[in-house]
Amino acid sequence: MNISIRMSPLVLVLALSGCWLDDDKIEQVAEPEPVMVRYEVTVTNLTAGQPISPLALLLHESGRLWEVGQSASVALEQVAEEGNNQAMLATERVLASSAGESPILPGQSETLSISIEEKTDSLLSIAAMLGNTNDGFTGLNALDLAQLSEGDSWEGNSFAYDAGTEANSESLHTVPGPAAGGEGFNGARDDRDFISMHPGVVSAPDGLPDSALTVAQRFDNPVARIRITRTQ
Amino acid sequence: MKHLLHPALLLGLAVPGAAGGANLDIEVQNLTAGTYFAPLLISAHSPDLHLFQTGEAASAEIQAMAEGGDLAGLVTLTSGNGADNSENPAAGPLAPGMSVSTSLTTEEGNAVLSITGMMVPSNDGFVGLDGWMIPTAAGSYVVYLNGYDAGTEANDEVRGGGAPGTPGLPVLPFFQDEIGQNGTGVTDAESNSMIHVHPGHLGDALADGGGSDLDNRLHRWLNPVAKLTLTVN
Repeated sequence: MNISIRMSPLVLVLALSGCWLDDDKIEQVAEPEPVMVRYEVTVTNLTAGQPISPLALLLHESGRLWEVGQSASVALEQVAEEGNNQAMLATERVLASSAGESPILPGQSETLSISIEEKTDSLLSIAAMLGNTNDGFTGLNALDLAQLSEGDSWEGNSFAYDAGTEANSESLHTVPGPAAGGEGFNGARDDRDFISMHPGVVSAPDGLPDSALTVAQRFDNPVARIRITRTQ
Repeated sequence: MKHLLHPALLLGLAVPGAAGGANLDIEVQNLTAGTYFAPLLISAHSPDLHLFQTGEAASAEIQAMAEGGDLAGLVTLTSGNGADNSENPAAGPLAPGMSVSTSLTTEEGNAVLSITGMMVPSNDGFVGLDGWMIPTAAGSYVVYLNGYDAGTEANDEVRGGGAPGTPGLPVLPFFQDEIGQNGTGVTDAESNSMIHVHPGHLGDALADGGGSDLDNRLHRWLNPVAKLTLTVN
């Protein structure tokens, strides 16, 4: 379909000019307007007290950002432990990316747009930290956009995952979010080193004495709503 | 194999409401951070049969599965119903994060899929799927499964036994090091005796003593606890 869109101006121009050697016209069609494919992505924070870190939103052709049961990539570890999306956005497979500007607070939404030339069958992924955890994250893992025509929307809920790269001590020194203000990324892996669903935060009042968290940071699934609209 | 020659199937069309057999590839993944699944029963059976239903009392077969991981009663029940079963496809416990794959060729009429397996450690928790209609169109389908509570035993969260009616957590050698001891018990009552969505574990931070023998950082979970990927061939 892309090919026919690209070719049609050329065919039209040639038909009108009636001459293969008309340099001006040929030059004009040598750089056809790229057909842009654009998506608007809205993420809503459904938790009671977990800020969602600035989003890493990306389009890619293959692969997935994470697999339950497998070890997290360092890029994902940086998202999950610190909310740092830089490495994730710079991943080699990324075709287009868009970064959230600030954390999405509970009850708030953020809308980002992302666009790519000519390609309507990208995979869309999102990753972001649940800020008041050790290494909890949420997102969307390689959603196939091929079925989304212009004007179509997809909406779904996302779960909380545990990167498995940092023990869930919930302590003042290890949770970077506003509830604790502790350390972000630490390259050491002192947990089980596989990704799972997040078991939730325990909190001090519920029996983890060294936890900096309270009932205010507890959460249940789903933790975010994601809406994607192809606008162009 | 006669059904494969059905003209509608040759044309790649779905047969609405068809009760014909199917070739299914089934993958179940344990999504939890620290809870094992005891042997799973994956059963394609008649829609008339339910292995369990929320809001209903557990059968003796479900109780034996949920309290002790014993599938024998459910296998007898489903086999007597003409079900197509995959019994214990992981050949043992399915560890956190791990997947198991199996295949089922179903007989005509076995149009729904059920799954049960005890969640360990727990008193009477199980991962479950109750009579999910198997799609007739070829393709891949994902279903997320919840953890259920059989309602047959108080969730005291202390070491005990797995025989029906015996209180406490059955503690098998392969995970006994993860279980604390000398907990006093977090409750001695089960407030809902019907099958219900499991409320999750409380646990505590003490390996010795405290209320629970479970670890509150390891043995809690949030739903869903498992991912089923079913491919209809």
